[in-house]
Amino acid sequence: MALPDDYLKYPMRRYGMDHDRYDWSILLRRKPVVWPGGARVALWVVPTLEFFPLDQPAKPFKAPGGMVTPYPDLRHYTLRDYGNRVGVWRVFQALDDLGLKASVAFNSKVAERYPLLLQAVVQRGWEVVAGGVDMGRLHFGGMDEAAERAQIAECLSVLRALSGQPVTGWLSPAKSQSERTPDLLAEAGVRYMCDWINDDMPFPFRTASGPLTAMPHTLELDDQTIIFGYKHSEEDFVEQVVDAFDTLYAEAETQGGRILCLSIHPWVSGQPHRIAALEAALAHIARHKGVWSATGSEILAEWERQQG
Amino acid sequence: MRSDPGLYGYNPWPGRPKVTWPNGARVAFWVAPNIEFYELAPPPNPSRTPWGRPIPDVVAYSHRDYGNRAGHWRMMEVMDKHGVRGSISLSIALCDHHPEIIEACAARNWEFFSHGIYNTRYCYGMDEAQERAIIQDSIDTVMRATGQRIDGWLAPALTHTERTMDLLADMGLAYTCDLFGDDQPQPVKVAKGRFVSVPYSLEMNDVIVYNSNNITPRRYADILKANFDRLYEEGAENGTVMCIPLHAFLVGQPHRIAGLDEALAYITAHKDVWVTTGREIARWYLDHHYDAAVAHIDAVEAKQARLRARLPNHRAGG
Repeated sequence: MALPDDYLKYPMRRYGMDHDRYDWSILLRRKPVVWPGGARVALWVVPTLEFFPLDQPAKPFKAPGGMVTPYPDLRHYTLRDYGNRVGVWRVFQALDDLGLKASVAFNSKVAERYPLLLQAVVQRGWEVVAGGVDMGRLHFGGMDEAAERAQIAECLSVLRALSGQPVTGWLSPAKSQSERTPDLLAEAGVRYMCDWINDDMPFPFRTASGPLTAMPHTLELDDQTIIFGYKHSEEDFVEQVVDAFDTLYAEAETQGGRILCLSIHPWVSGQPHRIAALEAALAHIARHKGVWSATGSEILAEWERQQG
Repeated sequence: MRSDPGLYGYNPWPGRPKVTWPNGARVAFWVAPNIEFYELAPPPNPSRTPWGRPIPDVVAYSHRDYGNRAGHWRMMEVMDKHGVRGSISLSIALCDHHPEIIEACAARNWEFFSHGIYNTRYCYGMDEAQERAIIQDSIDTVMRATGQRIDGWLAPALTHTERTMDLLADMGLAYTCDLFGDDQPQPVKVAKGRFVSVPYSLEMNDVIVYNSNNITPRRYADILKANFDRLYEEGAENGTVMCIPLHAFLVGQPHRIAGLDEALAYITAHKDVWVTTGREIARWYLDHHYDAAVAHIDAVEAKQARLRARLPNHRAGG
């Protein structure tokens, strides 16, 4: 049986994108951005603190890094919890040693379970980013609108109450969104989201509740992607971060300020045999002049100031 | 269904008629960037689901979009630096969505060939009229956008039917990139006309290298160099083809571009390399080597038929 005739109809075949969420825009043709102090690269470090529940549901899919064996999977539960108990402190120390800032994405369950960890971030003057409720509570296509609104509210209310910060950045668990996630985020006072990976710079995103900005949070340069997903070595992770930084640093000379995002999972990078890789990558970046260590909100504010 | 696609005869490497390239080059070298458009909400196909997660699969969709917004321009600059023209495996609808990319490539005299309308519309299940319609759409759209008549085809997302090659040849295309069984162009058996396969490589394809084989960017450069070295060495005896198929959403990332730069610098620094395009390889082969290859393959087949005749209960035509 042949495919239906509709299969060769292309209603969204037109100039620009096949949706109305954002405009088609070529990175190289935008107005260059100038970072404070004339810095070439804004370094945006995003440690992500996750709670993988022991009863993590399999539907609609399991967030990568989740439970594997039949219940109860103590093995993966504790391997991930290692990040919040031990690994994260090595990561924070590595940043402190170089005087670097972070925007720390929290599943709200992590903050609820370990408020001392949240306090350590707030006391450093770092930014708290909303990371969803936990790694079993995904946002996904076809999910119920009221359920999603409640899930977003739960995460934001917990993090705002415990941190005292406005909490205006958002990273969905597994970067997964429903059709409505951006609308519901803007409605809840979120100003930037970290799920889309189509740019090296921020770009404006339309929602039913007003404007939102997509920030260039990385998936490709993420420690979980490279070490846990691709199974590359620690040395290979450093090499890729260094190559990325060197490329952006060189391009910034002619193209305006760029952003290097490092997405760090303490259950990956905070292991004793891996932390030196993160330290080496950060040291390479930090020894360059013209690096601006900043939070997501600071980068967004500076970028917004220069638009229009 | 068939046990053999019936598209080509056996042509063992030893004893092949010698393939020569212009100016005595040993290797015909071409780079094929896939410039693709993936839809956020494509219609369902009974044989393949486009995205791994429920629609909208924000990560998978936006990852591909990175190639057009950012990666393409970085990749194109590196190709310019080494004097390499691209042969673009094009999602045809991109002419409508992103004409700026088409203009930039056309201004560089790059070749365009079809990679289907969208990389989220598969040929599985198409009838002949539908398959002809997407080929015609490809011919017409690229002609309108660039003035080029397409000669080549790489099936969208490598989705084929049993009749694809016959239709491509019938509608005047010269070559396919869909057959991976050789280091030289080969005649393709089609119902009507002369049609060839040009080696496009999955082993050197960045999607396979990065996402299936989990290779690091610098190691990719080593693999490309090793592939080139052997084809260059063997090309002294009988001309070979090397292709690097690319995807800007992967190779155009800041942490990967240096590996491509390194490999292209190495390859283009050699003498006796024909840095060319898919169309030029296909045309050269059709003009200079196709007839000898067909005669040779027929002779090989006759020889094999004589060997098969020794089998007990042999039936003529085996």
